[in-house]
Amino acid sequence: MFIDFFFTLRKKGVPVSIKEWMSFIEALYEGHFQSNLNHLYHIGRAFLVKSEAYYDAYDLAFQEFFGGIATEDVELDKVLGWLENPLNRLPKMSPEEIMEFQRQLEEFRRTHDLEELMRQFRERLKEQKERHDGGSKWVGTGGKSPFGAYGYHPGGIRVGGESWMQSASKVATERRYRNYRNDIILDVRQTKMALKKLRELKREGTEEELDIEETIDKTAKEGGEIELVFSKSRENSVRIILLMDTGGSMLPYTELCEKLFSAATQANHFKEFRYFFFHNCIYQDIYEDMANYKNVPTEKLFSLFNKNYKLILVGDARMAYSELFEVNGCIDYFSTNDKPGLEWLTRIRDHFPHSVWLNPTHKNFWGHYTVDTIGKLFPMYELTIDGLKDAIKALTSKTRNLLHQ
Amino acid sequence: MASGSQGYSGSDDYIASKALMEIVNVAVVLRKPLVVKGEPGTGKTLLAHSIARALNKKLLIWNIKSTTKARDGLYVYDTVQRLNDARFKDKDISDIRQYIKMGKLGQAFSSDEQVILLIDEIDKADIEFPNDLLNELDEMSFHINELDEEVTAKHRPIVIITSNSEKELPDAFLRRCLFYYIEFPDGEMMERIIKVHYPDIEDKLVREALKRFYWIREMDGLKKRPSTSELLDWIKALALGGIKIEKINNEIPFLGTLLKNEQDTDRFVRVSTNQGGFGFRRR
Repeated sequence: MFIDFFFTLRKKGVPVSIKEWMSFIEALYEGHFQSNLNHLYHIGRAFLVKSEAYYDAYDLAFQEFFGGIATEDVELDKVLGWLENPLNRLPKMSPEEIMEFQRQLEEFRRTHDLEELMRQFRERLKEQKERHDGGSKWVGTGGKSPFGAYGYHPGGIRVGGESWMQSASKVATERRYRNYRNDIILDVRQTKMALKKLRELKREGTEEELDIEETIDKTAKEGGEIELVFSKSRENSVRIILLMDTGGSMLPYTELCEKLFSAATQANHFKEFRYFFFHNCIYQDIYEDMANYKNVPTEKLFSLFNKNYKLILVGDARMAYSELFEVNGCIDYFSTNDKPGLEWLTRIRDHFPHSVWLNPTHKNFWGHYTVDTIGKLFPMYELTIDGLKDAIKALTSKTRNLLHQ
Repeated sequence: MASGSQGYSGSDDYIASKALMEIVNVAVVLRKPLVVKGEPGTGKTLLAHSIARALNKKLLIWNIKSTTKARDGLYVYDTVQRLNDARFKDKDISDIRQYIKMGKLGQAFSSDEQVILLIDEIDKADIEFPNDLLNELDEMSFHINELDEEVTAKHRPIVIITSNSEKELPDAFLRRCLFYYIEFPDGEMMERIIKVHYPDIEDKLVREALKRFYWIREMDGLKKRPSTSELLDWIKALALGGIKIEKINNEIPFLGTLLKNEQDTDRFVRVSTNQGGFGFRRR
């Protein structure tokens, strides 16, 4: 059944809704489509996929569903029905024939290399002087030579014209949209977009919006003399503090953190954005620069910023046991700390009710005693677009996650 | 479906890929809004112009800004004007109708012939903006509260919506639309695009220029990658300046037309002096 394509799409992670699927099917049965796979591929995508981030997943699903035409007998009748079209003169083929095709295609790929094929193609073009349709040697339409259009040669060179058969699934096989997947790439723009969600609108700043209700009220009271009343427009009131780990174990994630950092600095919609750095764990000092030279007492965090600031900590949370739990456990040889890191972290957590921890390492590697402990203090999320979105959701929610109370 | 001569198949000055043409045609036939997304300079806005020309229909453009509200597109009730007029005797203010001004969507609905409505850069507006239009685009009608009147589209307009993906569009909105992502044109496509704009330009110049252009685009760490419009400017400058083709290989004349900010120019100079010709992408 064709509905299986829907499930294949869902399985591959394309969030197709019933509504989208239904309007696609409706359009299909109203006969708005040309029945060839290529067309189906593009139109289906326009109906069912609403972000280029899922184009790759769509390709994979399409490939799985339509690429396997030759092997799955159940679907065959249905698909053949699809392909039946006088326009592209598709021959009616039995399953066996299509199987045979598939076999030939494999064989052809094995025995011919592309360069040789191109060479032959150029030679034949040179030799050929007139139009050829059908036949098995010359470049033309409807033939069985490897060169030309609308032909039956498996895996040859198509010269212009529409392609049919598995061409669309070949487009799918190319996976040209792999780079648009958002679970893989976290780039600055996407990060910015995610950060944009971090907002709380409040009426602040200059008065520039005309308040009609008030204006009418006032005007009536003034006996018809117009009195314009303006109110303040809504502005984002979110203030952010970013605390980033610059420790050695964070080195592999430098680029990732840089991206988050530049996105956050470039996003100019925050009321205020401050950032500090630390090395592995936080003690009595944090730093204004990445190289950890300019130190600021951590106490300042508490005196300068009130609890309305939202705090984002970035780090792998992975350190030696002593660094988190012991006095003088700090990794830096020349530093001492009279309170264990855990105590400082707890104080920070208590001061900033809206805080999250972003971890650049994969969730699977979080099974570590310091990661666990810190994960109990702060809600911890992966530093991916999805993780960031969840983190932002947590930051903007009015109530804190009870687990982390 | 409307195929072949009836449907949209690009216009003289705009090159659309085949897939895009097919989707435009389906959108026209099914009267579904079409959301076109892509990098700046991939011709999203021009698409609507091209469709209008090809189908010979009037084009209404609704430019979205960060302050645009969904209601602005339907109608605006000019209360202040009415209030002001109320002070003078010369106008009849009891007729509210004269203070109702149709927005672009309202104009498209009340037009006597089918029009093409371009909602340009919808992502510029507030995140919630598209959702506020859901019903209007679905039903193709809206209600004017002040008049207690319903405005229903006489002819459903063909709606083209462009987005630079500055903000993500809400799912509920996207579900009602067709979606197409315009990829940045590859070399072959770009050659055709250049040919449309400058038919007389030398092939060799175009090819060399394109080679350099894509090289710059692929360079890591640019703040703003040059897009089609910059390329067209550059090629025009090259042609007008009578630049020798060999010169493009060694240096980039008129670099300012391609890279528009200082950091990018610095970055370019660093990359091209350190690594010579084509040694980009170290990572």
